[in-house]
Amino acid sequence: MEYQDIKITIIDREGVKHNVEAPIDMAMNLMEVVRSFELAPEGTIGVCGGMAMCASCQCYVLSDTELPEMQDDEEAMLSEAFYVKDNSRLGCQIHITPDIEGLEVELAPES
Amino acid sequence: MIKTDIIIIGAGPTGLFAVFEAGLLKLKCHLIDALPQPGGQCSEIYPKKPIYDIPAYPEILAGDLTDKLMEQCKQFQPGFTLGERAETIEKQDDNSFIVTTNKGTKHQAPVVAIAGGLGSFEPRKPLIHNIANFEDNGVEYIIKDPEIYRNKKVVIAGGGDSALDWSIFLSDVASEVTLIHRRNEFRGHLDSVEKVQELKNKGKINLITPAEVVGLVGDDRLNAVVVKQAQHIEKEFEIECDHFIPLFGLSPKLGPIANWGLEIEKNAIKVDNSLDYQTNISGVFAIGDVNTYPGKLKLILCGFHEATLMCQAAYKIIHPDKRYVMKYTTVAGVNGFDGTRKEAPKAVVKSIQ
Repeated sequence: MEYQDIKITIIDREGVKHNVEAPIDMAMNLMEVVRSFELAPEGTIGVCGGMAMCASCQCYVLSDTELPEMQDDEEAMLSEAFYVKDNSRLGCQIHITPDIEGLEVELAPES
Repeated sequence: MIKTDIIIIGAGPTGLFAVFEAGLLKLKCHLIDALPQPGGQCSEIYPKKPIYDIPAYPEILAGDLTDKLMEQCKQFQPGFTLGERAETIEKQDDNSFIVTTNKGTKHQAPVVAIAGGLGSFEPRKPLIHNIANFEDNGVEYIIKDPEIYRNKKVVIAGGGDSALDWSIFLSDVASEVTLIHRRNEFRGHLDSVEKVQELKNKGKINLITPAEVVGLVGDDRLNAVVVKQAQHIEKEFEIECDHFIPLFGLSPKLGPIANWGLEIEKNAIKVDNSLDYQTNISGVFAIGDVNTYPGKLKLILCGFHEATLMCQAAYKIIHPDKRYVMKYTTVAGVNGFDGTRKEAPKAVVKSIQ
């Protein structure tokens, strides 16, 4: 079976825009994509490993891509995090699927 | 001065297992950790989450793993300096090291093993412009001595377990407890949430949600917090208080060890993985999530392996002239420093008539 990558745009914490191709066959989430392309220093993103327990992968969704609804734990974590905006999401809770092709996000500041 | 064979910085799973492996070599360990309890991330971030890749445990809760590791290393009587962060390291003329914590506790040993995970956990500080002015003058991020709140007016901010638990506890100590959270919902143990509800109904906790502390008022000491509430219509008001305790969890920072002259790469300490996980400073090792080398994986099981090899290297540093061969615990048993002995039961040798 042929797998295809999807295109997503990630603006890093320095404001630099990266167009990356994220694989849809690796059960990856957005936080892991950021780490695999080394768009944020190790140790500053994905600190809890992807359990929605640290908010180090918080990002702002800039495109109008339809994303899966927030679960309780993501919402609870974001309610305690800093620099939260209306379009904040946790990267670790956004799975890379064909549905999110064209997604554009900006990483929230480190806190 | 606390003297030992190996100073272990970080009491997470890797550090705790190092105590066991060192004990087999009759080396004593002392652990330093910034958190008030052992277990590192396993206890602090996800004690109730299962781990599935610990060999021979198809599933184990992170908190239970800590308990098991504590039990496993118990007979080697490790020392603990908890709630203190390792601040400085000084090499002595005899090649030993003195590690001093932020509270001035001094430790001396010929070997230092940094098992610091992602670093030391520091409280996450809310983004209030003048908050630094009131630190230790009415603003505390960690509750060390609950007695200082006796008969005082206290405002707590946060929505997790620690905000709930301290609100409950201080409702009996302080003259007034106000709990402020950005949402109406809290994330915590059901018991704690229900207890806060009960205390709110009784008027013992003043609950303000959804709201946020946006400013602090006072000259030298804190007099009041400015609260922004967004229920129905947005409004701002002041609440008089003696203390403001923001409890927004902890985030790990590599911290002072970054300034110890160690080679750092990607927020981790570079080590020699072809041999013994030693750093660029002879006698200082880095094991577990805190180190990096080609092919590094931040897994607990990799930390266990690294701890084991580090102990063998430490033995050679401490006893340069002694010959040594690794012994299997099944053969040699385990002789605790507390006088206990574990050993395999002897086989029965008896004829069958």
